[in-house]
Amino acid sequence: MSALDSTLDADFSADNFTLFGLSRMQGIDGAELDRRFRRLQAEVHPDRHVQADDAQRRLSMQWSTRVNEAYQILKSPGSRALYLLTLLGHDPQVESNTAMPAGFLVDQMELRETVMEARAASDEDALDAARTQLLREIAAEYQRLVELMDVQHDFKAAAELVRKLMFQEKLLREIDDAIEAITT
Amino acid sequence: MALLQIAEPGESAAPHQHRLAVGIDLGTTNSLVATVRSGMCVVLNDESGRPLLPSVVRYTAEGVEVGYAAESWKARDPRNTIVSVKRFMGRGRADIEHIETFPYDFVDAEGMVRIRTTAGIKSPVEVSAEILKALRVRAEASLGGELTGAVITVPAYFDDAQRQATKDAAQLAGLHVLRLLNEPTAAAIAYGLDNAAEGIYAVFDLGGGTFDISILRLSGGVFEVLATGGNSALGGDDFDHRVLCWIIEEAKLKPLSPHDTRLLQAHAREAKEYLSQHGEAPITVKLGSGEYVDLTLSTEVFTEITRTLVEKTLTPTRKALRDAGLSVAEVRGVVMVGGSTRMPQIQRAVGELFKQEPLNNLDPDKVVALGAAMQANLLAGNRAAGDDWLLLDVIPLSLGLETMGGLVEKIIPRNSTIPVARAQEFTTFKDGQTAMVIHVVQGERDLVTACRSLARFELRGIPPMVAGAARIRVTFQVDADGLLSVSACELTTGHEARIEVKPSYGLSDSEIADMLKESFTHAGDDASLRALREAQVEAQRLLEAVRSALADSADLLSPVERTRIDEAMVQLQAVATSDDRHAINDAMQTLNKAADEFAARRMNQSIQRALAGKNMDQVLS
Repeated sequence: MSALDSTLDADFSADNFTLFGLSRMQGIDGAELDRRFRRLQAEVHPDRHVQADDAQRRLSMQWSTRVNEAYQILKSPGSRALYLLTLLGHDPQVESNTAMPAGFLVDQMELRETVMEARAASDEDALDAARTQLLREIAAEYQRLVELMDVQHDFKAAAELVRKLMFQEKLLREIDDAIEAITT
Repeated sequence: MALLQIAEPGESAAPHQHRLAVGIDLGTTNSLVATVRSGMCVVLNDESGRPLLPSVVRYTAEGVEVGYAAESWKARDPRNTIVSVKRFMGRGRADIEHIETFPYDFVDAEGMVRIRTTAGIKSPVEVSAEILKALRVRAEASLGGELTGAVITVPAYFDDAQRQATKDAAQLAGLHVLRLLNEPTAAAIAYGLDNAAEGIYAVFDLGGGTFDISILRLSGGVFEVLATGGNSALGGDDFDHRVLCWIIEEAKLKPLSPHDTRLLQAHAREAKEYLSQHGEAPITVKLGSGEYVDLTLSTEVFTEITRTLVEKTLTPTRKALRDAGLSVAEVRGVVMVGGSTRMPQIQRAVGELFKQEPLNNLDPDKVVALGAAMQANLLAGNRAAGDDWLLLDVIPLSLGLETMGGLVEKIIPRNSTIPVARAQEFTTFKDGQTAMVIHVVQGERDLVTACRSLARFELRGIPPMVAGAARIRVTFQVDADGLLSVSACELTTGHEARIEVKPSYGLSDSEIADMLKESFTHAGDDASLRALREAQVEAQRLLEAVRSALADSADLLSPVERTRIDEAMVQLQAVATSDDRHAINDAMQTLNKAADEFAARRMNQSIQRALAGKNMDQVLS
């Protein structure tokens, strides 16, 4: 019985890669992740346990919540890299370490200024252009992360790249907010 | 008394028992109830063969009238005849647009608005419960038995207060809610299963008082909502209102009596509906004063005066697409739901936006109820082999907490797949601070005042520390109905001062209990008898659940554990049909406890099975 208990505990607190039966890699097959997510939810989702007893219904909600959370983290390459680096003992310290290369900061500030001006001028085309440019940069960095983490195992460089990415993803959200603000 | 029947261990007592379950579309203008009968999904008609129940409730000194009977009094007794009550669910006085145009005697109340009628002050929850009760009675008469449960649909864009109010109304109506289901998702089920569709679909749902847009991905039997948006105070009523204003202006009318307002509203609606088939609509009305209104409304004028309303549906639609990270070209089909999508200018605008003809092959008035019935049938456990699907829905609006300066800290972003939980840590602002007010809000804006307030509670007993030293963890859990519960605890001292809050912006649990009691008195029913009956039903449900769990995976139990569960079952079985409510509840608690660990192991086994890699392509079936 205690053996059963421990496997159970291990499962609920298992890391997100293990939960989905995936190896700890930055490069994952997105379609496979989607499939496994749906397969897990097909077992644990509260809709599958509507007629069950209280304990099972409660567990079902906890598991379903857990699977949703893990999927959310693994789905986006940025949050996946942040999570994996932390898991491997290379926490990028996104909150505390704000040191960035000067060139990057200057670029970001310029882009942010462009966004602010476009928002003030209600210039949707300029915002779309800034968005497209930023998306292209981010996509390239996602590629680079796979290379750094899975091939070169250069986690220090990967951590720095993740810090940059968090910066850029935040700016992307600001652009989306700006587009929303001027179109509503 | 008949001898109790006990099934062979590991065998379900009633493996093919069909449970009576219904889907209810609780609409602003009309409501419907549907079910799956002999494998066919059907809307249940009233005794006169009519499928719709007008969502109208009239209070008189003698009692309550619902549906067509109440509707015929709309103009004659406007103060006591409540229409479009859905617009008031979970809403305060200040939230209701054009409140001055309603003929009701509104009463200021904390939280939700109330209406004074001849039969006393009524909350929107009670009014909605009357509609639900009428549908329950219709279903039970038609199906010949008590309902196991119901799936009730709500607009996807309903916030927590509106959802909670709907669930409260169902409880008041004596319905066991299997799930609150988003209307566009219900429509997608009705469509998806008929057409065996795969890919990205948009559901455009414009009803009498609410507008929803949902973007879904259908894949391998899974309906995954990617984004949802809308406006919970925009619908056909607003188009009627524009026509009403146009009539008043064109005919240069003086301020109207409640009776005339209702009369003109009815004619405005008729004109709108007429224009869906014709180029112009005549409007001829004799007012209470004897004055005549004689006008003609053309399609061109109607389109012009409602242009901004149409635009109000397109903005959330674009936003939902952006939230889903999709472009128009990726959308494979657009499903039209709700009577208001019959308006040609809506069809045209949606067609132009998505660059394709919208899908209209199911009756837009019935599709939501039909989808809800299919889901109810599935959740009740009646599904046939190979006929299986899973819904993954989202929360429509972000949830957050008020922080210093009246700002909102978002905890759960909109469009997160539910169920979802998120925790956030906060700290004290002053030295020695021992209490903290936690204010939960819902909405997208940065300022608290621009969001909906859901709950405000105080966390006491924080040990005095210097400012910033305490660590308060606040956890938000949103369940599969989209309903929120909040808990908070202080982490540094080790012992958790934990509180659980169910935001009840509308009604408190004791208010609900009082209303329940009151409704029994009126119905000549006995509250304690009702409670006993509920305990008996609950006991059967539990016994059946454990039996089927044992049938499935008894091998997960040691002989000792098995004996414990069997004994608890026998004990419950012995009292399950008795009239000792407390004995039933005690025995249920014992069985629940005995089965606790078993449930955990079963869940674990399910997960292993899911990852073992069977059914690679088709997730379900």
